[in-house]
Amino acid sequence: MGDDRTDGSPRGLSPVARLILQRLGLSALLLVAVSLLIFIGIEALPGDFASTYLGQGATPRAVANIRAELGLDEPVWSRYLDWLGGALTGDFGASWASGQEVSGQIASRLGNSLFLAAIAALISVPLAIGLGMIAVRYRDRLVDRLINVVSLAAISLPEFFVGYLLILFFSVKFGIAAFPATVYPGMGVIERLEMVALPVATLVLVVIAHMMRMTRAAILSIMSSQYMETAELKGIGALRAIIHHAAPNAVAPIVNVVALNLAYLVVGVVVVEVVFVYPGMGQYMVDAVTVRDMPVVQACGIIFAAVYILLNMVADIISIVANPRLRHPR
Amino acid sequence: MRLRTIPPSAWIGMAGIALAFVAAIFAPWLAPYGEREVIGQVWEPMSRAHPLGTDNLGRDLLSRLIFGAQTTLFVALAASVLSFAIGIFLSFFAAVTRGLVDQGLSRLNDLMMAIPTLIFALVVLAALPQKLWILILVMAVLDSTRVFRLGRAVAMDLSVMDFVEAARLRGEGTVWIIFREILPNALSPLLAEFGLRFAFAVLFLSTLSFLGLGIQPPDADWGGMVKDNSDGIIFGIPAALIPGATIAALAICVNIVVDWLLRRTSSLKGGRDG
Amino acid sequence: MADPLLKVRDLEIGACACDEDGNLREIEIVKGISLDLERGHVLGLIGESGAGKSTIGLAALAYGRGGVRITGGQVLLDGQDILELGPRRIGQIRGARVCYVAQSAAAAFNPAHRLGAQVIEGTIHHGIMSRAEARARAAELFGILGLPDPATFGNRYPHQVSGGQLQRAMTAMALCPRPDLIVFDEPTTALDVTTQIDVLVAIKRAIRESGTAALYISHDLAVVAQIADDIMVLRHGETVEYGSTRQIIETPQKDYTRALVNVRTVVKEPAEQQSEAILRLKNISASYGTGPKVLDNVSLHVPPGQTLAVVGESGSGKSTLARVITGLLPPSEGEVVFEGTLLPPRLAQRSRDQLRQIQLIYQMADTAVNPRHTVAQIIGRPLRFYHGMHGQRRRERVQELLDAIEMGRGFSDRYPAELSGGQKQRVAIARALAADPKLIICDEPTSALDPLVAEGILKLLMKLQRQTGVSYIFITHDIAIVRAIADSVAVMLNGRLQRFGPRGQALSPPFDAYTDLLLKSVPETKVGWLERALASRRMESGGH
Repeated sequence: MGDDRTDGSPRGLSPVARLILQRLGLSALLLVAVSLLIFIGIEALPGDFASTYLGQGATPRAVANIRAELGLDEPVWSRYLDWLGGALTGDFGASWASGQEVSGQIASRLGNSLFLAAIAALISVPLAIGLGMIAVRYRDRLVDRLINVVSLAAISLPEFFVGYLLILFFSVKFGIAAFPATVYPGMGVIERLEMVALPVATLVLVVIAHMMRMTRAAILSIMSSQYMETAELKGIGALRAIIHHAAPNAVAPIVNVVALNLAYLVVGVVVVEVVFVYPGMGQYMVDAVTVRDMPVVQACGIIFAAVYILLNMVADIISIVANPRLRHPR
Repeated sequence: MRLRTIPPSAWIGMAGIALAFVAAIFAPWLAPYGEREVIGQVWEPMSRAHPLGTDNLGRDLLSRLIFGAQTTLFVALAASVLSFAIGIFLSFFAAVTRGLVDQGLSRLNDLMMAIPTLIFALVVLAALPQKLWILILVMAVLDSTRVFRLGRAVAMDLSVMDFVEAARLRGEGTVWIIFREILPNALSPLLAEFGLRFAFAVLFLSTLSFLGLGIQPPDADWGGMVKDNSDGIIFGIPAALIPGATIAALAICVNIVVDWLLRRTSSLKGGRDG
Repeated sequence: MADPLLKVRDLEIGACACDEDGNLREIEIVKGISLDLERGHVLGLIGESGAGKSTIGLAALAYGRGGVRITGGQVLLDGQDILELGPRRIGQIRGARVCYVAQSAAAAFNPAHRLGAQVIEGTIHHGIMSRAEARARAAELFGILGLPDPATFGNRYPHQVSGGQLQRAMTAMALCPRPDLIVFDEPTTALDVTTQIDVLVAIKRAIRESGTAALYISHDLAVVAQIADDIMVLRHGETVEYGSTRQIIETPQKDYTRALVNVRTVVKEPAEQQSEAILRLKNISASYGTGPKVLDNVSLHVPPGQTLAVVGESGSGKSTLARVITGLLPPSEGEVVFEGTLLPPRLAQRSRDQLRQIQLIYQMADTAVNPRHTVAQIIGRPLRFYHGMHGQRRRERVQELLDAIEMGRGFSDRYPAELSGGQKQRVAIARALAADPKLIICDEPTSALDPLVAEGILKLLMKLQRQTGVSYIFITHDIAIVRAIADSVAVMLNGRLQRFGPRGQALSPPFDAYTDLLLKSVPETKVGWLERALASRRMESGGH
């Protein structure tokens, strides 16, 4: 629909623009609140890191020294502001465990994780939407039931189970896939793709069932709406009814489903990376959690949360834009 | 409801759940060997003495699986019951009182849900000491956000019904309205949700244990057993897959039962409107 | 004369319904219906909800909604049985030769497309006209149907126009391809009375000018009588009576039809006006949140033992009035005085006895009683809550109340799902009665019920008033009910009181403009009423 009128509301902004701005503001606010929760939350929790860090037999003097060294003797608020300011400029401080800059470590690992999630998304999104549509098309018939049963089983499988199953068969038994999934800077794209084949397959299997079931539900609710009955009673044929009447209304719910599952994918990489010993953010974070390396944990936590919030925001904005009531105000 | 109207798939699901709980409750009598007893070589294949073989330290895998059921089911059940108690109480309270209480609780819930559960759990568990009750509490609090959202939606739908308004006009108190007017009508969707939450708790606990942040060794639990035996995979030893398959089987059983429950409630609704 | 346009023979339709266990069961909803419809004629199908009238209407398009399946009989369109056609052939008939107008046009239009495109879509698809011709035809129809700016009306989206306009746009959509037959499925039921008459006139005019035949489905005999040449009365999927409109209305043969025609048998002489009042509203204004005023300076009173009818269309503020009196919505200005004492504005501030004195009966009995409580629990709760009754005494009182609402003793252990709509409303009345109130507010208690059931409820309410001396505030949009039962009348429009006084005075001339319009818009079950109403409207507007 290219002939959108751009008549402005009294405030000079169309309702769509106003809602989008609101949503952007809300996401920023949410991100600040999350950073507060992650930082202050950890500070407020019981257990002193310095003594945990040094172990049971540490002398009080050593504890005091290490506190001063890590900056733990300053008030919480000033440390939070320091940290937030640093985080905004890409500086997450130094790791307690290795003493290296966290940002440098994260940069390449974030790229690796996003690469993994992106490839998985490229495969799973069209597949899931296609399967969801097939399930609707053959609703309550054998194909639909089969898809229902298989997807019900698939959403119950833990990622690590799927991962090891694939390793056992494709890597150990048949020897046609790589394990562990080692990647390093400067590696060629083809080589890289070969390396991530199994992790991607795991992610796809895990996320596709969820996405397909949600797509099916979203399309079904549209197909059972009254305007689809009107279309049928106009005798315009099933194909035209679906393309012309169902599709425009299906965009927003399906995009929502996709964004929700992409957010799920980003988190799903954590377990998959551990299974395949893949050098990404997830493995980095899990390692940091085991040794209580707080700067790394905080940095990874805020980045994962940011990606998640961003994807949800994109989904909301697309539903705002796709809503004819908002696009064409009274 | 009559027994013969329950479809076979739901029977299978219920049987699976029952089997897991029987194993957990009677573990000391059912398990052929002790939980931490080393009885053979590392990763022995399946045999008459050890139907599932042995694990990475030479312990009987079947026995560990049975004892693992105890830990896994207990922690998952405790966490889901607790998360339900928290989520339902707060959501119904928010829906009935409305106003500022509702606003405050809902915004806090939105904030908690803005952080992915696993990431949140990792951050919190990094800071807290490794104790069982802390693990249960963290799982329960994180999961209660999902219960809160559903509970609030259901209670909101019901609390605008005329019969709830009629009770309010009669002068009934909040407790009566929640427990006598709203709760009886919310039972079936909540029961289904409880099943889903329990399945999720089993998977989540297993994931945490697999990452080394859940149940600590030498206690047996299914996720931890996958981690313990994962090194065997590259030698073609499937010991890690057995506890993994058990987790998947239990989750599938719960999901089948939930699916049937949800279908049943939705068809009931449809029948009444027609 | 050749074959009629539409000839239905022994039509049988079944539906799959789920019982409590979720098992499918086949039930018969239309049992052997036969009818004939000539070209250019209008046949009215009338009956209560569940009579199968919509199902028959859709069968004319060989369509079954949801789990509905046509199981037997013939539907002959120009001699051809359309039930035997394959999907492609039936698609050529739908939207070209036979069109459908749904009850809720708001849901029937696709929110994502402009109205104009949807109106002409079928016409163009079937190749009946070119796009330009169809556009011109649509604009012409918009004009005939009295829509604003006919030339540009089609550029709007469904959410940008009112319910009455959408209903007319849907009629335009049906008329656009010049079909042989249109099925109107309760096209005016969702509309206000004053809007209904306009849409009715528009539909009648458009049908006459296009020469199309129509099946007109409604539960309101008075509406059908204005538009149909013939009428078929249906009940439980069977024909009760079938004949010309004049014959059905003037000389009905069957008891059921007679009851439908003379539905109002409740007659109450208005009581003498008293100076004392049980409830007095003084200059009440109210709004939701910071929104506009929904009630604006309303003052009225209810004498003891009498009925005040509050009349108005949707959005007039009549239901808000009930919320203010009960304390659900505290007024922004004004006072509510009950038996001489000022009532606290908020529900939470009122004493239990104050709450007991004023009870409320809702429009939808389905949602007004808790589906998980038995009848005895529903009626018993106020007995315990207000009067502290326990055990045997409470059981006996529940029985007395069940007798009072003319329901047998066997009902006390039943759940609402096992009761009919009328029975549920009776239980709700018993619950109100159990409190021994001085005033019951009835918020459209009969508008969701079929006419004969509604009549029973009205009779019961009048009987209970005689026995207990309770006062009623009866909120309604139905002038006929007001004429039958009110002692005094309040007419509301946009939150303001248009008219208030004893019935005789309020419903006799001289009228204010709105009350006049309202009274003239209520259909009467008489042939030719619509024309007379229009004529008198025109005369007046000419006189101004």
